[in-house]
Amino acid sequence: MLLAEQALNGLQYGMMLFLMAAGLTLVFGVMGLINLAHGSLYMTGAFACAAVAAVTGSFWLGLAASLVAAAAAGALVEIAVIRRLYARDHLDQVLATFALILVFSEGTRWLFGSFPLYLKLPGSLSGAVVLPGGLHYPLFRLVIIGFGAAVALGLWWLITRTRLGIRIRAGEADREMIGALGVDIARLYTIVFALGAALAGLAGALVGTIQSVQVGMGEPVLILAFVVVVIGGIGSIKGAFVGALLVGMTDTLGKALLPDLFGQVLDASSADTVGASLASVLIYVLMAVVLILRPQGLFGARG
Amino acid sequence: MELKRLLICGTAALALAGAAQAEGVKVGMITTLSGGGAGLGVDTRDGFLLALKNAGDAGKEVELVIEDDQQKPDVAVQIADKMIQSEQVDVLTGIVWSNLAMAVVPAAVAQEKFYLSTNAAPSQLAGAGCNPKYFSVSYQNDNLHEAAGAHATEAGIGKIFIMAPNYPAGQDSLAGFKRYYKGEVVGEVYTQVGQTDYAGEIAQIRASDADAVFFFLPGGMGIAFMKQYAESGVGKPLIGPAFSFSQDILPAVGDAALGVRNTAQWSRDLDNPANKAFVESFQAEYGRLPSLYAAQAYDTANLLISAVAKADPGDADAFRAALAEANFPSVRGKFRFGPNQHPIQDYYVREVVKEGDVLTNRIIGPAMTDHGDAYAEQCKM
Repeated sequence: MLLAEQALNGLQYGMMLFLMAAGLTLVFGVMGLINLAHGSLYMTGAFACAAVAAVTGSFWLGLAASLVAAAAAGALVEIAVIRRLYARDHLDQVLATFALILVFSEGTRWLFGSFPLYLKLPGSLSGAVVLPGGLHYPLFRLVIIGFGAAVALGLWWLITRTRLGIRIRAGEADREMIGALGVDIARLYTIVFALGAALAGLAGALVGTIQSVQVGMGEPVLILAFVVVVIGGIGSIKGAFVGALLVGMTDTLGKALLPDLFGQVLDASSADTVGASLASVLIYVLMAVVLILRPQGLFGARG
Repeated sequence: MELKRLLICGTAALALAGAAQAEGVKVGMITTLSGGGAGLGVDTRDGFLLALKNAGDAGKEVELVIEDDQQKPDVAVQIADKMIQSEQVDVLTGIVWSNLAMAVVPAAVAQEKFYLSTNAAPSQLAGAGCNPKYFSVSYQNDNLHEAAGAHATEAGIGKIFIMAPNYPAGQDSLAGFKRYYKGEVVGEVYTQVGQTDYAGEIAQIRASDADAVFFFLPGGMGIAFMKQYAESGVGKPLIGPAFSFSQDILPAVGDAALGVRNTAQWSRDLDNPANKAFVESFQAEYGRLPSLYAAQAYDTANLLISAVAKADPGDADAFRAALAEANFPSVRGKFRFGPNQHPIQDYYVREVVKEGDVLTNRIIGPAMTDHGDAYAEQCKM
């Protein structure tokens, strides 16, 4: 029973990471841009959701606001800053987007103050439900799994079945050529960046409801999102999905099982310490193993 | 010739400035004013400034320089160096986090500066590493956890699940709790620092046969845990130190915190004149309820004002004696220093309640009386 609950937790954590990593890998793959400020867009979504939900009393309006606010912030940032960075090397991009993190953090603090905001679940989604087998599980975590699956399906449809998706894939493969064929590259990049930002904003709003909405909330998740992107293969949505689930499962099950496993051979307190420390590096071990076996990532096209 | 006269004038001016300064005290406040932990630093600063304002003319004796440490030890060290060497402060104060305090305090007291702690009080500075120039006005880090342990024992909780982040203050927390808890610890978990998802731990709590859960998760970690715990429907009672139930984060936790018992040396509803004046003037000045951090900073400033009235900070021995007397109206009611210059004070059990629309704490009883700390014996000074 505990194992089933932990497996669900791993799945849900993986979906959360996927929401974050999908936008990152999209921007990374299509535009070749390392965007450290992705976490700031995630924070923007969470704050927009909390602010709108507080004013209107509706979580759903807040969720819509998070999409709009993050997409708008993304488009603005792309036009004002990011656009000047495509021709530069990665170090300049890292520097500029790191500066954006600071601007976003202090800007948010200036607007909303230093104290964490309150974001509550709507009544219809709160509480626990009983799953088959008698397992009590929080409803909202199931909703997050649902959102993750829906976004994965939506992105798959967008990339493989629509005109925009064809352009995105073409942009990934050869940006000079599609420019020469008359596709407005500048506009395409703004759209992709805004789409990535909207995904981050949605993740921020969803996660903010069960965590805390505060300045700096995006950076810890960003590191994991990069791990997911590297494991999955840069630019691959499918890779981000599989990578996120792998990381989520490894992290959750590692933390749940390792201390017990070590408990078989060590005494309780040192088993806890060893197990907990090993569990916290487990995802990086996973990343290292994947990189040794497949340096381009699980589904990465480029080396 | 011209140069010589200039030099003499300059020296005279400096001497004059020095003489003018000796009347009061120059204080350097290093605290966290940006990033995720800024709420705590803002309350520390505001509590300190309020005490200076409320003291009227006596408050004007204190010249305050404030700088933001960004919650980074290296930045805190740089600021401390600058304040000591170019600003020539007499007293340093304001650090919220223990790791920053450990980076700054030993060096500052070695350079003959006083340090008054408004919050962080790691065990290293309470025991063998104690120093005549270091005072903790808040508590010793273990204290609130010890009080929670004492309360859990008193409340007859037979089996408990305990949890803290895996870093020095987290390890001190569980050690402090166990020092005074007499029941059985059925689960002991160290989480990662900065962890935001507690589904795994909540599953372990659900599977355990614990009667209650003790947790120490400061800042955003506590907000996340409590919201997720309330959603999970596990429902075992929670106990914790006041940090996760302080006024700065209660609004963000929401109703999930209602009814949770927590331990602290101060509460908004503590019945004494100094506290009433503090809470009222804080609300009037800033339009919000004060947190524990604000109360501790307010006391620190008042302690400083009381010492400046008696002794010149330039006379270190006299100034230290004046500080050690702790003759100031504390918002905690009674307050005195132990032999290692950490507080001997009462600790209370508080409960999170809703007054109108506002979540706040109410005292429901004493947890420990005239309690010092476990490290005082190791302090030789």
